Amino acid sequence: MRKITYREALKEALREEMRRDPRVFLLGEDIAQFGGSYKVTQGLLDEFGPERVRNTPISEAAIVGAAVGAALTGMRPVAELMYVDFSGIAMDQIANQAAKSRYMFGGKAKVPIVLRTQGGTGRSSAAQHAQSLEAWFIHIPGLKVVMPATPYDAKGLLKTAIRDDNPVIFIEHKLLYPETGEVPEEEYLVPLGVAEVKRAGEDVTVVAHSRMVHLALRAADRLAAEGISCEVVDPRTLDPLDTPAILRSVEKTGRLVILQEAVAQCSFASEVAALVAEEALDCLDAPIRRVTALDTPMPFSPKLERFVVPSEERLIAAVREVCA
Amino acid sequence: MTPTLEQALQIYRTMLRIRAFEEKASELFLAGRLPGFLHTYIGQEAVATGVCVHLTREDTITSTHRGHGHAVAKGARLDLMMAELFAKKTGYCKGKGGSMHIADLDLGILGANGIVGAGIPIAAGAGLTAKMEGRSAVAVAFFGDGGSNTGAFHEGLNLAAVWNLPVLFVCENNQYAESTPREVHQKVKDIATRAMAYDIPGVVVDGMDATAVFAAAGEAIRRAREGGGPTLIEAKTYRFMGHYVGDTGAAYRDQAEVERWKQRDPIPLFRRVLLEERQVPADDLATIEAEVQREIAEAVTFAEQSPEPDLEDALRDIFA
Repeated sequence: MRKITYREALKEALREEMRRDPRVFLLGEDIAQFGGSYKVTQGLLDEFGPERVRNTPISEAAIVGAAVGAALTGMRPVAELMYVDFSGIAMDQIANQAAKSRYMFGGKAKVPIVLRTQGGTGRSSAAQHAQSLEAWFIHIPGLKVVMPATPYDAKGLLKTAIRDDNPVIFIEHKLLYPETGEVPEEEYLVPLGVAEVKRAGEDVTVVAHSRMVHLALRAADRLAAEGISCEVVDPRTLDPLDTPAILRSVEKTGRLVILQEAVAQCSFASEVAALVAEEALDCLDAPIRRVTALDTPMPFSPKLERFVVPSEERLIAAVREVCA
Repeated sequence: MTPTLEQALQIYRTMLRIRAFEEKASELFLAGRLPGFLHTYIGQEAVATGVCVHLTREDTITSTHRGHGHAVAKGARLDLMMAELFAKKTGYCKGKGGSMHIADLDLGILGANGIVGAGIPIAAGAGLTAKMEGRSAVAVAFFGDGGSNTGAFHEGLNLAAVWNLPVLFVCENNQYAESTPREVHQKVKDIATRAMAYDIPGVVVDGMDATAVFAAAGEAIRRAREGGGPTLIEAKTYRFMGHYVGDTGAAYRDQAEVERWKQRDPIPLFRRVLLEERQVPADDLATIEAEVQREIAEAVTFAEQSPEPDLEDALRDIFA
């Protein structure tokens, strides 16, 4: 099978969905000639023209608000927020308008928007350009939250997100854009709300998402050499969460380590820990462990950034602890 | 641009319907029969009416927490509105939205909104849809003097201007943002001058004069339909009641000021225009007045007799 980059996979998804449905259009900062700050939309202006690939002013509230208004009136906008760290400027439109319009209006409205954004560390982009803010969106009823780890998942999930009639927050990772993976030529979709076991194992369940999936897989290889078999479960969609998949894995292994790039407090990892503690306490042979970023703003220094963000070593130590 | 006789009578009826609805809602609220908040539009009727008489179902509006007037002017049903205020299952939002979230998507009413300024970029988006679909429909955003200070205002107007969207931005300057007088919350004397910052036309209009609002809105809507882009209209107006029902306004407004503005109540002003300038028989107006009263009474009866939502309704309509 051919291998393409995460970036190219996302672009294919956008291109295919824009060819399929004339109501799908793109808006965001620098997405036209410049192709987006992470080059995901490069070339789409040439194919679809400026009406459907729209450069916006630096106005996140208007970008998302206009997307909401267009969606309420029948369009299917895909808005790009350059960095997830900028979503604060648009937070009213995301949390109070997009997420709640259908409910507040008694089911008459639908808001089929996709907010594509990216987050995460690894380029010393420092505190305001390196966050993992998925917890903000998971906490709001009415939003779906998707975080693909691979090119295959990125393309399949983005196509599904665009066809979903609800607001989807689609969080990419800045370090994953150049990473390659197998992606079929033929059209396919990945459903929302369905996790994937990225590596089967017997001794411990490691739940990880986005870039951390790859860290977990590398750590799993190293742990296998010392006789510990890790099962790596990638939720892919954080909300709605495929809780049964996680519970099935924990029932099998009896041990759970949750790995994420975000900080621990009130995070996705906290949510998974609570769910498993509520529903599968009897299956656990050890306390649940969360391996997360330290509770700090992200420092600029590469050495400090590496220290704050989870490493293979920290994950390995946590797995050894729960397996001891 | 003056209204036709038919439009003039529609203006009168609409303003009466708004006023009667708001007065009845206030009465019910003060009697403890309506939960939540109520922000009445009493005094501002000429603005919503003068604008919306130019609109069809194809056109869209976004509104504010003070949204009943815009909804009625856009054709919303009084019975479904009243049932929503009573939190009944038969209300516009199945009892799940309330006063601040009344919406009728079929009529192009994209919702009253509990967040000041939030409807402005949403209206820009609705205008974008019309433009992308090649239709001559327009979007209208209603907001207040308070709303004109929000980031959403500046971002929304700038976006609509640079994309040349068919949007009319109507600022209802009722002189107060909740309890804060305008001179305390902004330095500009005329909010319409902010249009210059976005290089779009800005028009000041007497918001108590339905004919003046009709003319200004008609011109701006025509321009938008013809591809001329957005306009900012500032309607100088006043709310006769407090910010919400229960607030008398006495803490921050001088009663003499209120009385001065009540001398220019838009409904008696327009009634005089109909009688004296349009030669409408007083009996015809009395008929309209009686019909409106009956309509309100029927709306209340409908709401009172309607069931409440089921508990399971709390979990429905989150996702499509």
